[in-house]
Amino acid sequence: MSNAAPARRRSLRERIGFRERIRDRDTAVYGILILLALMFPLVSYNITEGTAWISHATRAGYWVLLAIGLNVVVGFAGLLDLGYAAFFAIGAYTYALLASPQLASSPANHAVHISFWILIFVSLMMAALFGAILGFPTLRLRGDYLAIVTLGFGEIVPQLFYNFDQWTGGINAVGLIDQPLLPAWVQGPWSGDPEFKIVSPFNFNTDPVAYYVLVCFLVAIAVVLVTNLYNSRLGRAWMAIREDEVAAAAMGINTVTTKLLAFGIGASFSGFAGAYYAADVALVSPDNFLFIVSITVLVMVVLGGMGNVSGVIIGALVMYYLIFILIPGLPEIVTGFASNVGLGSLNQSTGDWPGLGEETQRLNFIIYGGILVAVMLLRPQGLLPSRVREQELKHAAVQEEEAAIEMSHA
Amino acid sequence: MSLPDYGFYILCGTAVILLAAQAVTHPTQFFQVFIFGLTQGAIYALVALGYTMVYGIIELINFAHGDVFTLGAYIGTTLLGFFAITEGTFTAINLIALIIVFPVVMLIMGGINITIERVAYRPLRNAPRLAPLITAIGMSFFLEGVMFLWRGPATVHFPDILPTQSWYVAGVFFGVRDIFVVVVGAVLVSLLAVFINQTKLGKAMRATAQDRDAAQLMGIDINRTIAATFFIGALLAGAGGIIWGLYYNTIYYQLGFRSGLIAFTAAVFGGIGNIPGAAIGGLVIGLTAAFSDSYIGSKWTQVVIFGILIGVLVFRPTGLLGMRVPEK
Amino acid sequence: MSEQPRDNILELTGLTKRFGGLVAVDNVSLHIKRGEVFALIGPNGAGKTTLFNNVTGLFRPTSGNVLFDGRDITGFKPHQVARLGIARTFQNIRLFDYMSCLDNVRVGRHVRMKAKVWDSLFKLPRERREEERVTDEAMEVLRFVGIAKHANQYARNLAYGQQRRLEIARALATEPKLLLLDEPAAGFTPQEKVELMALVKKILNRGITVFLIEHDMKVVMGISERIVVLDHGEKIAEGSPEEVRNDTKVIEAYLGKSA
Repeated sequence: MSNAAPARRRSLRERIGFRERIRDRDTAVYGILILLALMFPLVSYNITEGTAWISHATRAGYWVLLAIGLNVVVGFAGLLDLGYAAFFAIGAYTYALLASPQLASSPANHAVHISFWILIFVSLMMAALFGAILGFPTLRLRGDYLAIVTLGFGEIVPQLFYNFDQWTGGINAVGLIDQPLLPAWVQGPWSGDPEFKIVSPFNFNTDPVAYYVLVCFLVAIAVVLVTNLYNSRLGRAWMAIREDEVAAAAMGINTVTTKLLAFGIGASFSGFAGAYYAADVALVSPDNFLFIVSITVLVMVVLGGMGNVSGVIIGALVMYYLIFILIPGLPEIVTGFASNVGLGSLNQSTGDWPGLGEETQRLNFIIYGGILVAVMLLRPQGLLPSRVREQELKHAAVQEEEAAIEMSHA
Repeated sequence: MSLPDYGFYILCGTAVILLAAQAVTHPTQFFQVFIFGLTQGAIYALVALGYTMVYGIIELINFAHGDVFTLGAYIGTTLLGFFAITEGTFTAINLIALIIVFPVVMLIMGGINITIERVAYRPLRNAPRLAPLITAIGMSFFLEGVMFLWRGPATVHFPDILPTQSWYVAGVFFGVRDIFVVVVGAVLVSLLAVFINQTKLGKAMRATAQDRDAAQLMGIDINRTIAATFFIGALLAGAGGIIWGLYYNTIYYQLGFRSGLIAFTAAVFGGIGNIPGAAIGGLVIGLTAAFSDSYIGSKWTQVVIFGILIGVLVFRPTGLLGMRVPEK
Repeated sequence: MSEQPRDNILELTGLTKRFGGLVAVDNVSLHIKRGEVFALIGPNGAGKTTLFNNVTGLFRPTSGNVLFDGRDITGFKPHQVARLGIARTFQNIRLFDYMSCLDNVRVGRHVRMKAKVWDSLFKLPRERREEERVTDEAMEVLRFVGIAKHANQYARNLAYGQQRRLEIARALATEPKLLLLDEPAAGFTPQEKVELMALVKKILNRGITVFLIEHDMKVVMGISERIVVLDHGEKIAEGSPEEVRNDTKVIEAYLGKSA
């Protein structure tokens, strides 16, 4: 074969830039996200003088984590998981039970308090383990059956947390969950303090910004790891299975173990997010992990642009804003608007008319459903679809060079 | 026979033996639960048929279908309000109202479902597979929103207009309403079976489910066939909604969510895409739910049903009667 | 027929595949010598692709054995078969549509790569080095089949002929000892067929044995050393192109008994 100088081939590969080029858009998206993430605490404090925005951002963070994890399963490997919230629940309960007084009132009769920094890995492992247990017998099934199995699993898990109430408190939820501790922390204007100071030791419940910083770190780590996987042997194997399972197997890919890895890794992200969630809200109840959670994460992934990590992050943020800020806030906006334009009388409830605010609130479902349908119809590929690779080579020079090489081979 | 098959038969066998033991030792309670399970199962069967037909023809889990079922009940109760019906007893007007309202609601639901298909699914027929799934979820929220906006978040009363006669036979209590539910369910399922097997449109539907491209080449109008599938699915769901209302007399806007999932389970249980399978799956799931409610405890019913779902898929992925989904 | 068994890269003995009552492959025995081009021909529905599927592990033979390189691989899973050194293309092209050509070929390298999950997750240096090497190797293969300039395009955006080439490239990337080509010339122009025959020769020069199904007699006669003819799942003839061309049974199978 061609023994054309390896140095030249290498430079060629760099110029074609398989990796670099697709990162153009990603670099921009990530750059903007990092910038916003850095500025956010400071700005939100100065504007609102409160922590409402920060806690919104914190909560948006775990949705982002969930979406990144589900994207591995759905976007990369093409496996439809409709019970993703189950792994989230497993992660959250792992942390909640092992870092709260809960087990003192259980048959174990002994409260356990293990550090957050250890349990976050334990939660991750637990979720991955259950992912593997569920996946092992079911992943040889065709795609749609898997969706149905996961749907069933997602329905069973929260119900089990209800039913084993001796251990989990059932409907009463697990409360008083420990907060993460750190040896030291820096507070400053971003936490409402006019001056910098070092707090030591530091408990996360004293500063909401701490959770924000933590989730930003977790998201950043998740993005790096998932992007690494995407560009690896395993990532390509996932996509190959997504595109054509038979051909993938014929190329030597063990489809069962490869799918199991996608399932386990996806679940582990969910477990990781679950531990963080349990610490942040300090109260974990089975109601937090119903089918609607799985669906919401799926919507974030599909809406953002399946398979594309940066798109999925955007999708999660947009959907979070929509579901948890914009739509619940609509009644206030509408009544305020009505008062301002002199239609304040509409805000009162009279007879059958429940008042404009109430009426708007009742419209929530319709608005949300309508948005889902509309966005999918307008952009079936998602907001930021996966541009797996550049479709055309940008550099004519490279093309010519390749053509020349081909000629010489012919 | 392979290992999964044995597993499947062992599981089924164990369940049958346990139930038989109950039937012998406590026959009264057993048959009481059986009757309740049968009525529930008949309703699930009607809803499951819609899931299975749609899945069979376009491989979409139509999440909005459970809400079509609920909306049928909502429209039904509203229409019944226009008649001078008498609750708690059975009058001629009640009968006339039922005879009129049943087909009208079914047709309305058919029309609504065709519209849903036209607006939310048809434009996405060649889109990525998950896009229609998301619009289905969106339509589910939308329909729930419509019912919420229309009748509010509380439960809604459905008129109690069936005959109230009931009998004790060997200590087992059953009423006309039980018979009504099972008979109407059976009649509708039989009509559907005749339609699918005998009519030209039914054949077109089966052909399209087998191989859409080939069906198109044979001159079948795919759009029309798919629309017809949605129409028929909604006819049954609408009827199911009214039956549910007549039987339980209470409906609420999120009813379709849970019962939809259960009906879907029934469809999978019978072998998704398989029409008789869905009917039998509905009955089996209804009976399972009833037996689980009374022998295991209602808080375990959901675990039992979805556990069965997973078990069936693991041990017998083609469902009870075999999957009729074409191989790619 | 007195070769030592070691000279045969693939031996099928009494291979039978039934689907319900239908016998798709009926007691077929054949052997392929290392380094030859061997063709399987026969009318439509003769069971040629089914035979391929039995060799590559997509189907499990109802009875009979598949011996590859002296090793019994009957009932092996597709990925195991690929790992041992059998690669294939498909009659209806089955590429990874929404992956670039380069990635399609890199998937082919999968089976010869070592990176484990941890290596990829943390992008360890050895994973990085392997990726670079594999990218170079994949480009090399793309160049070998002559579509390197499309490396960055989605597989689905290639022209038909290029897709066929890409599928061959992907199969070659697995470093097969035996390459199964399922109707590689289907839908080709005469010019493309000539190019394909040249490509097969090049593949042969790399020491890879080629086993192909083909309808186009010009291609078959032009490149194959030995031919087996299948009809209704049964082997009806075997021999050199000349022998097969003059075989009465073969003529009957193709032209009908009335001829």
